[in-house]
Amino acid sequence: MTADLHTLAGAYVLHALSPEELAEFERHLSDCDSCALEVRELAATTQRLGAAVATAPPPEMRVRVLRQIATVRQEPPEVPPERAGRVRTRRIGGVIPRLVLAACVAGALLGGGVAAWQYQEARDARDQAQLAERSNDELMGVLTSPDVVVESTGLDDGATGTVLVSAERDRAVFVASGMAEPPAGMVYQLWFDDDGTMRPGGLMDPADGPTGSAVLMDGPVNGAGGMGITLEPAGGSPQPTSDPLLVMAFPEAG
Amino acid sequence: MKEPVYIGENPSTAPDLSELLVRVAQGDHEAFGSVYDAMSGPVFGLVRSILRDPAQSEEVAQEVMVEVWRNAARYRPEKGSAMAWTMTLAHRRAVDRVRSAQASSDREQRAALLEHTPAFDEVTEQVETRLEREQVRRCLRTLTELQRQSVTLAYYRGLTYREVAELLALPLGTVKTRMRDGLIRLRDCLGVTA
Ligand SMILES: [Zn+2]
Repeated sequence: MTADLHTLAGAYVLHALSPEELAEFERHLSDCDSCALEVRELAATTQRLGAAVATAPPPEMRVRVLRQIATVRQEPPEVPPERAGRVRTRRIGGVIPRLVLAACVAGALLGGGVAAWQYQEARDARDQAQLAERSNDELMGVLTSPDVVVESTGLDDGATGTVLVSAERDRAVFVASGMAEPPAGMVYQLWFDDDGTMRPGGLMDPADGPTGSAVLMDGPVNGAGGMGITLEPAGGSPQPTSDPLLVMAFPEAG
Repeated sequence: MKEPVYIGENPSTAPDLSELLVRVAQGDHEAFGSVYDAMSGPVFGLVRSILRDPAQSEEVAQEVMVEVWRNAARYRPEKGSAMAWTMTLAHRRAVDRVRSAQASSDREQRAALLEHTPAFDEVTEQVETRLEREQVRRCLRTLTELQRQSVTLAYYRGLTYREVAELLALPLGTVKTRMRDGLIRLRDCLGVTA
């Protein structure tokens, strides 16, 4: 039966299987590397068949689509579920193409953005454009740095914190996912852990919109061993005034 | 220490589609405009080849482009190019539409599909796709008749392999195999890499 399944790759990329066979083949695909590769190649092939019949759509369609997307909420990326309290470390070496890396950390970034979207459904697309703008430059620089290392940890309430550190750039980015909005008049403050001494690393205010959940930490990492988050009065504090909600060691450079 | 960040392999070239999709996933409308300009032609052409009806084709192509916006964050570069991802989406949507409409239609109508000439012969010639079309046409000619019919009936007409088998009066296993080895031959002729 397995040998038979291998032969379905062609019909699969042509969307020519029955629903039952489709389900069966997709199960097979998840643990058959040769079929997975073949599917990628054959899908790239059918794409060429499609490109060969390209026809410009009526110009009004562009106007309609651009108008429509302004009111369409974007789906979050698919992220593997994480259990609260479990710490997971991923190393991303320089061998991974930068493009793949960028997409993968952009996924992490948006995973954070989702948190804000969840209680800010009404925010319009302008905020999303802002996300792109404000997350640019240095933040993107960290995300796309070939030496970036990533660590995630779960919080008690099911939220997830992810920190990305680039030794080369000496900067860190913190991405929150599913964090509750801070109480009125309070903000989340990030701290660098300099061997037990907390150094201010900037504020994170989900009320700012989607940008609030992905932040470039203020200042260089400068040898800090980790980071933490506390709840502080608006404007932040020079030193933590409450117990940390989260403390994370920075992952070692890969 | 501030330097421009380049995500693509070659900083001097325009951003490629995968890179643009990453920006679309971040809500970048301008990037989406570029993605639309690059993809709407292939998407519309493919959908129209399957659905035929211009109004329906426009409706489905529009849905596909909006879905690209909505699901950009779910695009995974390691699974294939941005264009392949979009065209898979477009094919899926068009095929779903044709199948839901076909559920009630009769067999004769399907048989009539065989009479159609391949879609790319009917499309108005466009400069930017002419080379692509020539190459695809040339490579399709390297397939056996059964391979070519199996592949094009499924891809350009949206038929299932069972329908293709019925139409061509061939055993199911034969059609499955012809679809696969036909696409493999096409892949090699076009020099496609994943
Ligand atoms: Zn297999």
